[in-house]
Amino acid sequence: MTPATAAQTIGPFWHLLEEKSWADLTRFGAAGEPIVLTGRVIDGDGAPFADGCVEIWQSDPPTSDMFPGFGRSVIDPAGEFRFVTLKPGLVPGRGNAQQAPHIAICIHGRGLMHQLYTRAYFENDPLNETDPLLTSIEAPARRGTLIAKPDGAATWRLDIRLQGGNETVFLDV
Amino acid sequence: MNNPAPYRAYTPGTQPPLASHAYRGTIRRHPLQPLHPMPQTITEVTGPSFSPTRYKPMADMTATGAAAPLGERILVAGRIADEDGRPVAHTMVEIWQANAAGRYNHPGDTHDAPIDANFHGAGRVFTDAEGNYSVQTIRPGAYPWPNGPNSWRPSHIHFSFFGPAFATRLVTQMYFEGDPLLPLDPVFMAVPDEAARARLVAPLDMAITRPGFALGYRFDVVLRGRTATPMEDNHP
Ligand SMILES: [Fe+2]
Repeated sequence: MTPATAAQTIGPFWHLLEEKSWADLTRFGAAGEPIVLTGRVIDGDGAPFADGCVEIWQSDPPTSDMFPGFGRSVIDPAGEFRFVTLKPGLVPGRGNAQQAPHIAICIHGRGLMHQLYTRAYFENDPLNETDPLLTSIEAPARRGTLIAKPDGAATWRLDIRLQGGNETVFLDV
Repeated sequence: MNNPAPYRAYTPGTQPPLASHAYRGTIRRHPLQPLHPMPQTITEVTGPSFSPTRYKPMADMTATGAAAPLGERILVAGRIADEDGRPVAHTMVEIWQANAAGRYNHPGDTHDAPIDANFHGAGRVFTDAEGNYSVQTIRPGAYPWPNGPNSWRPSHIHFSFFGPAFATRLVTQMYFEGDPLLPLDPVFMAVPDEAARARLVAPLDMAITRPGFALGYRFDVVLRGRTATPMEDNHP
């Protein structure tokens, strides 16, 4: 077995972000429940993670010619990212478990030697109470770092803290 | 399908630690808490696929301007395989780099080196059925960066790979054989394992060279493999 190639930081990565349309997962005409997923990424000093980028992946709704399931958003000078996508539905967990609706998140940037994985869940979804990943996080406050909150019509906000107080739970995928 | 075979954990020492403090940019940007362990689910073992009809290939990065860019024309080619040596077919590869003077064609790059109007520095290719890819470009220049008082990045080309799953995502950098800046570079040196580091360095490969036209460098890449293969037929 040959181990996987080593990661190296993505930054500067400007050319990856020239296709701004990739942040809109509905651009090919997918039908469903459109939502905005937005948030602010900050570092251990509370400063905007202004030269990073966020990628998302969702296996529901199923990918098709109309719905890529994948998006990439620049993080702007204020630290904000923004996606337009479709609200995910149910994805089975392992065994008989049911996962709550979620979107997988991958963060790249200057100062990150390796991508960071996390997830966005949706506040007040009853399945959050039994989701295998959320319930495996013992401290309720830390669990909350994965739960996006309503922020206007069909808009969900998930702020991400890379380091320090209320640090986001990052996943060992 | 509900219990998909997971992608293997990274082999210890082969990935750079998030807290690689010789690279000062990491100091306030890496989590202090350990990564939360989780079993991979369908979410992690599936991933996007990209079609070249929709995501236009740009395999000749020297052909984006009105004339040829300045610098040493090169070919970079290699094979993308998983940890068990199986080819990663038809996967998208994104490429970006500085020009021959060590300057990115972007307003965010303020290094005092000339822009080359004939070199944008972005490429995109897809592997064939055997996992092979090839791109034509120019050899990028080294550039200074604000890590220390006299820090220089070795010549490098940035690469982004997807593979079959969100868990196989890989962003890395390719370096050039014999570059004296390599042992001075905290980004490259952050990879603890010497053999893993060496695989980021592309050797000159005369089989890739086109006589009378361009030197060739080989950059083979390995993406994470799976522990077992009950879902093998479902690889997207
Ligand atoms: Fe670079």
